[in-house]
Amino acid sequence: MKTKAKFAIGVAIILVTLSCLAYVGAQQSKTYYHTISEIPTLDGSALHQRLRVGGDVKNGSIQHYSGRIDFVLVEQGKTLPVSYVGSDPLPDTFKDGAQCLVEGKMGANGQFVAETVQAKCASKYEAAPAGQAQPGTASGDSYQNGKS
Amino acid sequence: MDLFGSYALLLAFAFALYAIFGGIAAIITRRPLLIKSARNAGFAVCVLIWIGTISLWYLFYTDNYSMAYVAAHSNRSLSPYYKFSALWSGQEGSLLFWSFLLSIYVFSALFTYRGKHPELMPYVGVVLASVQIFFLTMNNFIASPFQVFAGSGAGGILHLATRADGSGLNPLLQYPEMAIHPPTLYSGYTGFTIPFAFALAALLGRYPGEKWIHLTRRWTMIAWAFQSAGILLGAHWAYAVLGWGGYWGWDPVENASLMPWLTGTAFLHSVIMQEKRGMMRVWNVWLVFLTFMLCILGTSLTRSGAVNSVHAFAESNIGHWFWGFLLLIILVCLAAYFKNRDYLRSDNQLDSMLSRESSFLFNNLILLVACVAVLAGTLFPVLSEAVRGSKISVGPPFFNRVNIPIAMFLLFLTGVGPLLAWRKTSVESLKKNFGYPLIGGVVVAAIAVALGLREFYVTLCLLLSTFVTLTIFFEFYRGARVISARTGSNIFSSASQLTMRNTRRYGGYVVHFGMVLVFIGISGQAFNKDKQMDMSAGSEMTLGPYNLYLQNYDTTQAPNYSAERATIDVEKDGRSVMMLYPTRRFYPSNQESGTMVAISSTLREDLYVVYAGTNPDTNLPVIHAYLNPLVKWIWLGGAVVVLGTILALIPNRQAVMVLSSVTAGAPSPIAGSTQPAHVSFSARSQLPTDGHD
Repeated sequence: MKTKAKFAIGVAIILVTLSCLAYVGAQQSKTYYHTISEIPTLDGSALHQRLRVGGDVKNGSIQHYSGRIDFVLVEQGKTLPVSYVGSDPLPDTFKDGAQCLVEGKMGANGQFVAETVQAKCASKYEAAPAGQAQPGTASGDSYQNGKS
Repeated sequence: MDLFGSYALLLAFAFALYAIFGGIAAIITRRPLLIKSARNAGFAVCVLIWIGTISLWYLFYTDNYSMAYVAAHSNRSLSPYYKFSALWSGQEGSLLFWSFLLSIYVFSALFTYRGKHPELMPYVGVVLASVQIFFLTMNNFIASPFQVFAGSGAGGILHLATRADGSGLNPLLQYPEMAIHPPTLYSGYTGFTIPFAFALAALLGRYPGEKWIHLTRRWTMIAWAFQSAGILLGAHWAYAVLGWGGYWGWDPVENASLMPWLTGTAFLHSVIMQEKRGMMRVWNVWLVFLTFMLCILGTSLTRSGAVNSVHAFAESNIGHWFWGFLLLIILVCLAAYFKNRDYLRSDNQLDSMLSRESSFLFNNLILLVACVAVLAGTLFPVLSEAVRGSKISVGPPFFNRVNIPIAMFLLFLTGVGPLLAWRKTSVESLKKNFGYPLIGGVVVAAIAVALGLREFYVTLCLLLSTFVTLTIFFEFYRGARVISARTGSNIFSSASQLTMRNTRRYGGYVVHFGMVLVFIGISGQAFNKDKQMDMSAGSEMTLGPYNLYLQNYDTTQAPNYSAERATIDVEKDGRSVMMLYPTRRFYPSNQESGTMVAISSTLREDLYVVYAGTNPDTNLPVIHAYLNPLVKWIWLGGAVVVLGTILALIPNRQAVMVLSSVTAGAPSPIAGSTQPAHVSFSARSQLPTDGHD
């Protein structure tokens, strides 16, 4: 009985310690996923968390400035201006029309400040001759990373 | 002819149905002929899957672009080497490949135990065929790799169409490791099906004793070694190909491969408790169930695109099939458990905190906690969306905070556990076994701190690694000295004799040592450095002790890509030590580019240079250089782990050499067979094997 009690205490200590560590780690690194249309509905605190937003790069919207790259993401007709400030060059898959995931925070002026940008080629098998059955094509489209 | 393979798979499906229902009938009626025919159906399923898979390879090698799968993953200019690995580069093919590897295991298991264990094997056959039929359903009806292109011609009649050339293989997969890593990892995933099937079969059939554990020990070790090697090869691929300077990012797919490894490791250890002490029966059965479920979950996460990942080379709607299968497995396992749980009652109780048992319990506990944490972190977006309505992901800080302390505790147990006695360990034996290793660890850590090491976890890792290494060393040394004293052979050949007499135990030590090397390698991460610069010809960058001088850029053309290459002269202490050529490739067939990282690897550190792209402001190439200490130790450690497992798989050798030398040295006047047996017994009893595995 005594052994069991000792063992239970040992287990409890381990579990409590690790749960605390897990909680701290989660608080430190959590990122919220939102769609572009949800962003205007976010209030104060939610707006200041780390966010991850997906969308397509609007044609012709990519602008290079020194130290940052601006572009506009589109999703179901809603747009979000994004400013990429990361130090890594953007992935080659990042171009007009590419599907894109950005991670960062909302800036003061409604501009999304992205630290990482992941981009994926807009369906690369689109050019299949008309009239052909569409086989499973989606494989192979991995996101390429532009980490900061 | 193109569809030959799909007929083979269809036939395999039919045979698998027979193996299941014929097998169930055989279990009920116990008719020998029925048992035999169900087993033969099991063999037929495997052979037909092989035929189906080989025919898909054939289609790749004959450039048959009327097949959708071939057209999507290959092209004419692809090298033959990658046409082989292209088979598993997409969803349909990799599901078929799953079936293929599983069928190799199933065939081997059915063949090895044919005509043996008549009470158990029919159940095993049914469980195995049930797992196979799920994958055959996918292969045949949901994600068939044998789809053809068809168009509607005149009068709306469908006719087959073909393409001149394929779209080519994803450049990220055009890398030698991609031909090794997926088969290795999949061999791990599929391999755990065997212990799972035996455990479930033993439970369903109320098969007496610990027999299923003895039977599956080797299978589990094989699957575990493949899983370990597969994870490390995947890490190496991510390191050498993705060009982000790291090898592990707590990416969902990486996590998916780690989880069954964690529970599988727990299982490998806790079954020893059942073998030796008749404890933990319920726990072991659930551990192996859980490991198998995590293998299915892992495959599903990799294939279904439920979570975003750089490794997930597919996004599709097959996820719900996997979730359904997983649910079914859980229900079957629960039902079998509740029906027959009285059969799993334990023989013994825990006696002391300072015992082998308790070290195994803690080992299991924290491996499982690690697994739960990794699972929670991986599924956090899914869970948070279900619970709170908002999708939240957690990043590396979450995983690291939980798992680094767990890793340290595991390392500690690695040193302590094997030397604790069963039931209860005395303080004297603790001092004897751990005194020197502990002093050694503390001394090494103290020297490192004196030399300026300030990272808490790295210091702890160093201390524990030294401690574990020394305990392992002393184990070999003590045993070898006894043999050496008996036989007069030198200490090294004695050590090898010692190992061959109890391969499982000493092979286990080698695996532990390999893990120590891996941990040392990982701890080097605390000192990673990196630097990024726009570099034109003639510019220089300094990183750590190295000076990188960029000589020039050039462009080359290959059949299926063009490449831009930087030539970098690396100097150390003012002398040129090597040339590095980071390269960026562009594949016109699918408009993608790939990075060829230049790595110079030594035991001390890796110099890792990436041609990262072009800076749009200055129009200059961007070079990103990383200095990653000790990374090579991880790959070395992985090799040692695999070697140790192979060693542990070799059957024990009887102490023949000892016998002959002793009897030769002291020829007995009494003729007879009792003398050598006696000598052998006394020689063995001196070895410190008592109470140990």
